[in-house]
Amino acid sequence: MNPYVKKDSTTGHIQVENLRVFFGRNSSAVEAVSDVSMQVKPGEFVSIIGPSGCGKSTLLNVVAGFVQPSTGTVTVDGKPTDKPGADRGMVFQQYSLFPWLTVRKNVEFGLKQQGMDNSHRAQAARTLLGLAGLLAFENHYPEQLSGGMKQRVGIVRALATSPQVLLMDEPFGALDAQTRVVMQQILTNMWQRFRISVLFITHDIDESIFLSDRVYVMTARPGKIKAEIPIPLPRPRTPEMASTPEYLAIKTKLRNLISEESLKAMGGELKDSGLAGFDIEVGPQGVAELI
Amino acid sequence: MQPAPTLDSGSLHGSSQAGVADAPGLTLAPATQATPQIAAPGAKPLESMPSLAQRIVGGLRAALPGLLMTTLSLGLFIALWYFATKYRWDFYIRFNNIPSPGEVLGNAANLIHSEKFYNNMWVSVRRILLGFGIATGLGVAFGLLIGQYRVARGLLLPVFEVLRPIPAIAWVPMAIMLWPTNETSIVFITFLGSFFPILLNTIHGVNSVDPVLVRAGRCLGANELGLLRQVILPAALPHIFTGLTVGMGVAWVSLIAAEMISGQYGIGYFTWEAYSLIQYADIAIGMIVIGVLGLACSGGIRFLGNLLMPWLTTHANRGRT
Repeated sequence: MNPYVKKDSTTGHIQVENLRVFFGRNSSAVEAVSDVSMQVKPGEFVSIIGPSGCGKSTLLNVVAGFVQPSTGTVTVDGKPTDKPGADRGMVFQQYSLFPWLTVRKNVEFGLKQQGMDNSHRAQAARTLLGLAGLLAFENHYPEQLSGGMKQRVGIVRALATSPQVLLMDEPFGALDAQTRVVMQQILTNMWQRFRISVLFITHDIDESIFLSDRVYVMTARPGKIKAEIPIPLPRPRTPEMASTPEYLAIKTKLRNLISEESLKAMGGELKDSGLAGFDIEVGPQGVAELI
Repeated sequence: MQPAPTLDSGSLHGSSQAGVADAPGLTLAPATQATPQIAAPGAKPLESMPSLAQRIVGGLRAALPGLLMTTLSLGLFIALWYFATKYRWDFYIRFNNIPSPGEVLGNAANLIHSEKFYNNMWVSVRRILLGFGIATGLGVAFGLLIGQYRVARGLLLPVFEVLRPIPAIAWVPMAIMLWPTNETSIVFITFLGSFFPILLNTIHGVNSVDPVLVRAGRCLGANELGLLRQVILPAALPHIFTGLTVGMGVAWVSLIAAEMISGQYGIGYFTWEAYSLIQYADIAIGMIVIGVLGLACSGGIRFLGNLLMPWLTTHANRGRT
C-alpha cells in the first residue's frame, strides 16, 4: 500500500576504504581526512563523532558526492559516489528548505526531478507528511514553521525519493535541547519504518548513543578513525536509559576518547595562531563540557 | 539487551517491528507546533480575525493623519505654482511663460477628447512594453548564465562591462543607423536603458543564492537545467525584481529622451512638440502623464512581484502579528 515502508534491507551499503582528502594544492595542501576506512551496513544507523574541524563533515560530503576522494574509494552498493544523486538523501545542519515552495512542494521536489506526474507526487508527499505528523502544514511556507518542524520536513524531503542511505550532517545542532530529544525519537521512528541506512554526523555524545548501532570516533585533524564503539542498547530506546549503568559506561568511554582529541585540536589551533608558548591547564572533564 | 553490536537481518526485523509498534511516538511532535494561528490546515493565517468593515474603519483611522498631510503637501505645491504663475515671479527662476494650474486643467479637458493624444500615450506604452519586455527576457537569461557558469561569465561579462557605462541616450545616432526604422531604434534605446539594471541585479541575485539550497537541489537529483529553473531562478527572484523596478525607471528616462530627439508620436514627442508649438500648458500635461504612466508601470511590477513571490508576503504578514 505505502511504497515507502516495503523497502528491503539489502541495499544501502556504504563502504569507505583508505580514504584521504586533501584540500588545496601541492605544498599548501591540508589533509582533512587521513586514511579512513569504515562502513555502514544495509539498514544500520552509524554515527561519526569527533572534535570540530576533524573532517567528519568532509567524510560525509565525499559520500554525498560533493567532494572527490584524493585517494581511496567510497562506494554505495558498489557504485562510486562521484556526484550527488537522489539515491543518497541528505539532511543539512542549516535549514535547507526552499523558501519559495510550500512544505508539500518541498517534499515533492525530488519526485518532480524524476519526472513523476503531479497527482502521484502530491499523493506521495502527503503520505510522507502524514507519517511525520506534518500533513496539517502541507500548504505552509517554511518561514511559517518552527526550527524543529523545518528539520522534520527536511528529513521527509530527503526520504521522498526512496534513497538507499540517509546522510545527516549535525541536523539537530541548531535546535534547543527539548526539541532535539523529540527529533531524535522521530528520526529513530522514521529510520525503523524505512529500514534505511543512516550515516549521522554529530558532536553530541548522548545523541550518538541514543540513535546509533555503532559510533566511530574521529581524531583531531587530519581526521582518522580512532575507535569504533558498538552501542548494544536495546530498542526502542527511551530517555530513561540514560541513567542505566550500560549507558553510562558507553558514555564515559566515548567522552574520554573525545576529550583527548578535543585537547589535541585546541592545542593544534593555539599552535597555528602563534600562541604555542601557553600551557593550557584543562583536564578531560573540563574539555568535555565544551564539546 | 541485545548483545550483538552489528545488525544481522534478524535483529533488524525485530527492531523495525518495535518501531512500528512505537509509531504513536510520532504524536510527540505537536509539542513543537506551539503557535495556534498556523494550526488550521490550508487556511491563510490572520484572515478571519476582525470583520471586514471593522478592518476598513480601523485602517482609515490609522491612515487619516497621513492622508491629511499628503493633501496638505500637494495643496501647498499647487498653491505655490498658482501664485508663482499668477504674479509672474521672476527671480533667476522665471515663471513668465509657465502655464498656470488653471490653463493646464483647461487644456487637459480638451485633450481628453483628442484621439491623437491617446494614440501618443499608447505608442509610448507599447514601446516600453516591447523594450522592457525584451530587456527582462535577455537580462534574466544572461544574468542566470553569467551568475552560474564561469565560462559564460568570462565570455559575456567583459562586453557588457564595456557597454554598460554608455548611457542609452548616447546610442541614439548609432541606433538610427543600426535599425531599419525609427520605431525599432526607439524600442532599442528603451531596451538598452533597462537591460543593464536587470542584468546586474540578476547576476547579484544568483551570486547571493544560499549554497546549501543548491546542494540540496543536487542531492534531490536536479540536473543543470532543473537547478537553474527550479532553484537558482526562484532564489534570485527578489533581486531580479529589484532590477526590474530600477530598469523600468531607466526605461522611461531613455524612452522620453529618445522620443524627444528622434521621435514621431509618443508622449515624449508630444511634450517636445508642445514646446516647439508654444503650447506651454501641454508641456505640463505631457510631464504629468509621463509621471502617472511611470508610476503605473512601477505599481504593475510590484503587483507582479507579490503575485510571483507569495512566500515573501506571507512572511511579512506573520511578522506583523
